[in-house]
This record gives sequence, structure tokens and C-alpha cells, in this order.
Amino acid sequence: MQHWDVLIVGAGHAGAQVASLLRQQNFKGSVAMFGDEPEHPYERPPLSKDYLSGEKTFDRLALRPLSFWAEQGIEVVPGRRVVAVDAKAHRVRTASGEEFGYGSLIWATGGAPRKLSCPGHDLQGVHSVRTRADVDRMMAGLDRTKRVVVVGGGYIGLEAASVLTKLGKSVTVLEAQDRVLARVAGEALSRFYEAEHRARGVDVRLSVAVERLEGEDGRVTGVRLVDGSLLPADMVIVGIGIVPAVEPLVAAGLPPANGVEVDEYCRTALPDVFAVGDCAAHRNPYAASAAPIRLESVQNANDQAKVVAKFLTGQPEAYDAVPWFWSDQFDLRLQTVGLSTGYDETVVRGDPATRSFSIVYLKDGAVIALDCVNIVRDYVQGKALVKARMKVEPPLLADGATPLKSLAAA
Amino acid sequence: MGTILVENRAGVETTLKAEFSRNLMEVMREGGVGEILALCGGTCSCSTCHVIIDPAFVDRLDPMGSDEHDLLDNSEHRSPTSRLACQIVFKETMDGLRVKIAPED
Ligand SMILES: Cc1cc2nc3c(=O)[nH]c(=O)nc-3n(C[C@H](O)[C@H](O)[C@H](O)COP(=O)(O)OP(=O)(O)OC[C@H]3O[C@@H](n4cnc5c(N)ncnc54)[C@H](O)[C@@H]3O)c2cc1C
Ligand code: FES
Repeated sequence: MQHWDVLIVGAGHAGAQVASLLRQQNFKGSVAMFGDEPEHPYERPPLSKDYLSGEKTFDRLALRPLSFWAEQGIEVVPGRRVVAVDAKAHRVRTASGEEFGYGSLIWATGGAPRKLSCPGHDLQGVHSVRTRADVDRMMAGLDRTKRVVVVGGGYIGLEAASVLTKLGKSVTVLEAQDRVLARVAGEALSRFYEAEHRARGVDVRLSVAVERLEGEDGRVTGVRLVDGSLLPADMVIVGIGIVPAVEPLVAAGLPPANGVEVDEYCRTALPDVFAVGDCAAHRNPYAASAAPIRLESVQNANDQAKVVAKFLTGQPEAYDAVPWFWSDQFDLRLQTVGLSTGYDETVVRGDPATRSFSIVYLKDGAVIALDCVNIVRDYVQGKALVKARMKVEPPLLADGATPLKSLAAA
Repeated sequence: MGTILVENRAGVETTLKAEFSRNLMEVMREGGVGEILALCGGTCSCSTCHVIIDPAFVDRLDPMGSDEHDLLDNSEHRSPTSRLACQIVFKETMDGLRVKIAPED
């Protein structure tokens, strides 16, 4: 049986970064990385941005050139899916029935896009946005597509809506909550993005529920809402979150949960099994609550990867990175720092009408996060406030003319 | 095609072939420079493609935009010739460019 000192399952952002950082930290042991997609590790964020729009070709998304992995002595095996883990025996089994041994196992599997459960969810022309294959399928159908319905007003849905609008499609966004971005941002930001999308012709419908997808000859033709109305569609894009890909670990003995729980070194409760990235439920020092959370961001994937690489090379450092995120829609660059969930007060800084402003989130008077639209300066300077959990009087924050830097120094 | 010289954090210099009109971040990433993270993929949102330009070449680069300027403040290691590699389009006039990967933040 083949055996590696470190076996990484999942060749996405987090897995790739564990592998390359192990070598940067001079890890001399053997390292392999299995991924169930056919590609070597690539960037996921452009899938709903520059790749979908056709501005970037796939070769520009490679996280590392192919030769890199061999040069670093990292065995990357695409197209290999792990289906079972025997933590005691330090062994995994793959979909093809092969078994492999490991010293440490790094679970970096991200998640599968959540599917609609209503009738018609599996018609042709219904797409998720998680992998290159998903987006290639979508792009192949664009020629025949005039009307697109996007189910889910989160970042991915809104990014896809913005690209498809730019490509000349007529786009409707359906959101179950009474505002877009409801899970991830405050109301002021939601209203801003709602208005921006509408101003560009996106039909944003809030507080609506999908009854079923209608189809003809196996292909989607429309979305029937619970109120009975029908939205004709040649394509339906489903962006309603992910289900963390952790079944094999649950089968191996971990309690079923939203992801797999890890400690501050990204260790799971199974011996020598770590988890990183989108699937890792962790206590985040920047979260307002102590409950384990999962973060779906490149920042988190990268910084948790670093925690594991350091741990495995004998330099343990607890996870303590300031969360950040970005999203590009139309000509709006959103940059987020900190975690806003759990805020009890928001301050709008600057004037949204200028399309360059920030929203500052506070809890118990301390700054916990900022959403910055087209204003890099606030994002950069706001980070210091988040890091220091700085208490600042709201009127000071609201004054866009006072640099946040000067408040951090106060 | 031109060349750039990249010095990594350990001080080791590598020569990379670079197509003109490509951005420097992609040139370095494709050239296997592992220390270039470029987490945002070159969209001027992260500052993890921070490089320090050899002063001899500074004048040959296009001036930086205000977003790049502001984002560089994200780094504790900003120096007078700091740039974000993803914002530099490699041109004939920059052939032989020397850059250093900035220390990690
Ligand atoms: C369309 C889109 C846009 C995004 N935009 C942004 C953005 O603007 N900014 C930002 O910060 N983040 C963004 N994200 C989120 C970011 O891409 C993720 O947080 C990041 O990819 C997480 O990395 P990961 O390694 O945990 O998971 P992934 O990158 O998803 O990698 C996991 C890999 O493991 C594979 N896998 C799963 N199960 C198995 C198994 N059993 N065996 C083998 N392989 C397996 C998966 O197929 C996948 O290839 C975006 C995500 C998407 C989908
Ligand atoms: S790659 Fe993110 S700023 Fe250059």
C-alpha cells in the first residue's frame, strides 16, 4: 500500500496552500494531494467573475504551474475521490476501491453546492457555480440563453447576475429573505446592491420562494414561484450555499455538524486528522460569538493552511488571522474586513450615492467589521480598528473626511 | 519575450522569461515563484503580490493608481519602491527588470 507522510484530500485553495507551505517550511517528508476534480489546483473566485465573463481563460487561473508540483516533490492526483477514512489505521479508501496510508491527513474538501430540492431541480439548464466544470457547462449554454433566473441573492448569485447582465442577458434574482446578502452583510449594504442591480436592469425579487422548476423535453423553461407566478427562463443558476463535504469523516466517527469541528490548530477530534478551508468549523477570534463557524473565503483557506503547515513543521501557532473577503460586481469593488455577524450597530461612512463608501459594524461599541465599496483606503485602515477591537464613537466613524488611521492612533 | 529577475525571501535570484503585455504577478506565478500568493488573483484586492522594485527600474514603470497606492499600506513592509505585481504590465522598456518579493506580513 502506498503511504505518504502527509496526505491532503481536496486540491482546492486550502489543500494547495498546505502543500506549498509545507515545502516552504522545509518539510522533508512525502506529500500527496488527491482531488476529485480533473484539474490541478485553480482559483475559484474568478468562476463567477472574469472567467464567466470571458475576460480570463482557464490557464490564467492555475494556482501554480503544473511543473511546480513535481519540482516541489508534491504528488498531485486529480480525479481521485476519497470515500472512506480509517483514522485508527491511518488509511483512506478512494472511489475506485484503492487504499492508501498516511501519517497526517489534511481534509480540505470544501463543499458541494447546495441543490434545490423542488421538482425540476435536475433539469438541463440548471447550474451550480462551484467548479470549472459547472461554469463551462453554463458558458456552453449561453448562446441559446436570453433569460436567466438566479436563485439566491448571495455574493456568488449577485456576481453571476452582474456578469450575465453585462453579457446582455435578461436576469432575475430570486431571494427568499427580504434583502440580498442577508446572511453576510448589514441592511445598508444589501439595499445598496439591490439598487445597483436594479439600476442595471436586474429584476431583483425579495421574499419569494420557488415552488418548482418547469421544463420541456428535460430542459428548464421557467421557475414557478409559490405565489403561482411563472418566470420564463432558459437557464437557472442556483447559488444557495454549500454543504461541507465531510461525510467520510462523520462515518469515521466525528459527530455530524455543519462542517467538521477543529481546534485552534485545525485539528479534528480524530488522531492526526486536520481540516482546513470551507469545511472547517472553527472558533474564530474575530467572531462575535464563541460558537464554531465556517468561513468560505480564500483568506480563511490560506491562513488555516498556514496553521497546519506550521503545526506539522513543529512551529505551532494558533489561528488568529483577521478575516477578509472581496466581491466584484459591475464596477463595484467590495472589500470586507472582520466578521460582521452579531453586530448591534452600523455606521454608514461616506455617501452611498457617490458609490464610494463604507459600512462600519460595531458590537458593544467596538469595531468588528467593515464593508468597503470602492474605497480601498477604508478597508486598509479599518483593519487596524478591527484588529484592536477599537471602541470609536459612531459620529467619528461616520465622517468620511476623517481618516480611519487617525482613529486607530487615538 | 523579455526577462525579469526575481529575488525570493531567501535572497535566491531566478531569471524568468516573460511575455510582454502580461502582468508581473502572473509571470511570477507561472514561473513557479512559490512565495507569490496573489490571493485575489490580480484584482487589486489583497496586496499579497507585493514586490519591491530595483530602484534602477522605478522610472520605467507606469505610475501607480490610487487603489494600488492605498492597498500597499496594508503591508508593514512597504518601501519607497514597493508595488503590487498584478498592477504592473510588463513592457519592452522594462526588459531585465529586477524585483524582490516583499517580506511576508
Ligand atoms: C464562484 C465562487 C466565487 C467565489 N468568490 C470569492 C471571492 O471573491 N473572495 C473570496 O475570498 N472567496 C470567494 N469564494 C470562496 C473561495 O473560493 C473558497 O472559500 C475557497 O475555494 C475554499 O477553499 P477550499 O480548499 O476549502 O475548498 P475548494 O477550493 O472548494 O477545494 C476543495 C476541493 O476538494 C475536492 N473534494 C471534495 N471532496 C473530495 C473528496 N472526497 N476527495 C477528493 N477531493 C474532494 C473538491 O472537488 C474541490 O476541488 C468563491 C467561491 C466560488 C465557488
Ligand atoms: S494579487 Fe491581489 S492585489 Fe495583486
